[in-house]
Amino acid sequence: MIIKQLLNGLTVGSVYALIALGYTMVYGIIKLINFAHGDIYMIGAFLGLIAATVIMKNFVVVLVFAMMGCAILGVLVEKVAYKPLRNSSRISALISAIGASIIISNTVVLINGPQREAYPKLFPNITYNLGGISISLLQVFIIVISIVLMYGLYYIVHNTKMGIAMRAVSQNLNAARLMGINPDKIISFTFALGSSLAAAAGVLVGTYYTAIDPMMGLLFGLKAFVAAVLGGIGSIPGAMFGGIVLGLAEVLGVAFISPSFRDAIAFGILIFILIVKPTGLFGSTAKEKV
Amino acid sequence: MEFLSFFQNDYFLQIATMTCINIVIVLGLNLITGVTGQLSLGHAAFMSLGAYCSALLALKLNMPFWVCVSAGTLFAGIMGALLGIPILRLRGDYLAIATLGFGEIVRVVILNTPIAGRALGLYAIPQYTTFFIALLAVILGIIFMYRFENSRHGLALRSIREDEIAAEMMGVDIAKYKILAFAVGSAFAGLGGSLYAHFLTYINPNDFGFMKSIEQLCMLVLGGMGSITGAAAGAVVLSTVPELLRFASEYRMVTYGVVLIVMMIFRPQGLFGKIRVNV
Repeated sequence: MIIKQLLNGLTVGSVYALIALGYTMVYGIIKLINFAHGDIYMIGAFLGLIAATVIMKNFVVVLVFAMMGCAILGVLVEKVAYKPLRNSSRISALISAIGASIIISNTVVLINGPQREAYPKLFPNITYNLGGISISLLQVFIIVISIVLMYGLYYIVHNTKMGIAMRAVSQNLNAARLMGINPDKIISFTFALGSSLAAAAGVLVGTYYTAIDPMMGLLFGLKAFVAAVLGGIGSIPGAMFGGIVLGLAEVLGVAFISPSFRDAIAFGILIFILIVKPTGLFGSTAKEKV
Repeated sequence: MEFLSFFQNDYFLQIATMTCINIVIVLGLNLITGVTGQLSLGHAAFMSLGAYCSALLALKLNMPFWVCVSAGTLFAGIMGALLGIPILRLRGDYLAIATLGFGEIVRVVILNTPIAGRALGLYAIPQYTTFFIALLAVILGIIFMYRFENSRHGLALRSIREDEIAAEMMGVDIAKYKILAFAVGSAFAGLGGSLYAHFLTYINPNDFGFMKSIEQLCMLVLGGMGSITGAAAGAVVLSTVPELLRFASEYRMVTYGVVLIVMMIFRPQGLFGKIRVNV
């Protein structure tokens, strides 16, 4: 029973981690909470639905279509809502990000209506029995895909030119510019990368819960943000760790406390972490400049 | 009495009353976000605390209107101060997220409290709020805010907005003033919430969710942060225009989003604001 719950937590947690990576990368580079990130994840789920019904019901096709679509959308959001505000106050950028989030989710409501949509079955319903513990093929796949994508991201950030440039920009945008890096290009790349991971998470959640709705981005995105804060915002391993911890905490909380407090658990963790260790578990402390 | 009931059923008077209630609430948000520079994304939670406190007193204990409203206001104010204490250390984005988290927690707790009617909410709340009462609240609220902002305390709050560290160096007790801002601002939200409950006679936890907080923020941003005129004007515009454009009501939320982005890019100080809030 407990092992089954842990597995469920791991599954949800790895999806949280995928979304949290997008928050943490954007925050690391332009110090902005990308409020629209959760809605990009929702768009990813819907693009997957479109791909499955219009193109073909193949998991890889669906995933690639959703990831590419969301990468473009992420760059677009950055260009329209964040780039003009790069030199304004933080509060303005944050409000603009909230605006972008509202536009995306409510445009989907306008087009699709607010109702839930059934998600096509992309996986056969196979359940393995390992010594009394049952685990479904889908769960295994979600965890494996998440790990593969996270490893891919880790590889990009640490071993490619783009990744080195990303890290340079996150250290010091102006110094990076002096070194011949075009920060605009790097920021767009970061948004594309983060958004495509969110899209993958959207498709995985759609197949796991078998239903999606236009408002799912808000809460799920916020919880993924909690995961990013928990791990230490700006830290990539932190986001992965935070996602897993949050997933486990939530599943265990639902199992042992009460299902109705599922969302309150995540935000309770958030406020607790912000008060006790605002830099998160893996975050570094920065001295306040006077 | 017939005269009054005629007025209560009047469509325009209903919009006018809701507008007044929104002004009171946005005045509170203006004190927290506009004057003190602490971005709050959980203002609707304080509105719900006031609304529920007031409605429960009226429903369960048959308290008179003024007791309900005072209790709702006071309760929201105390809760605001209590929230202010732990999150004092947080700034900017983190504060925004913490207030958002607080707002969601309040909603979930109300949703699971039997006495608050859970998801059904509370209904048959006695309708006490009339347009004149709401208008009176607006007038008193504006006078209070005007005097408060221009007092020593108001100056201290503004100094926190401009530069927290410098303010601290000048001897402003940052902790005390942030709690004060949260307490007074939340009390206004609570006042608006209890007027709302006694006007619509029906409340539901989902009426006070994240989107409601965003709506209130949108009013403040449109009018101009840090300006009482701005807060009131923004509340008037966003309470009346959607009613006039009912045929386009599906586009309301998208429009809010566009308003937020366009205002931030082209006129961050809002329609009536004089200052730009730097956080």
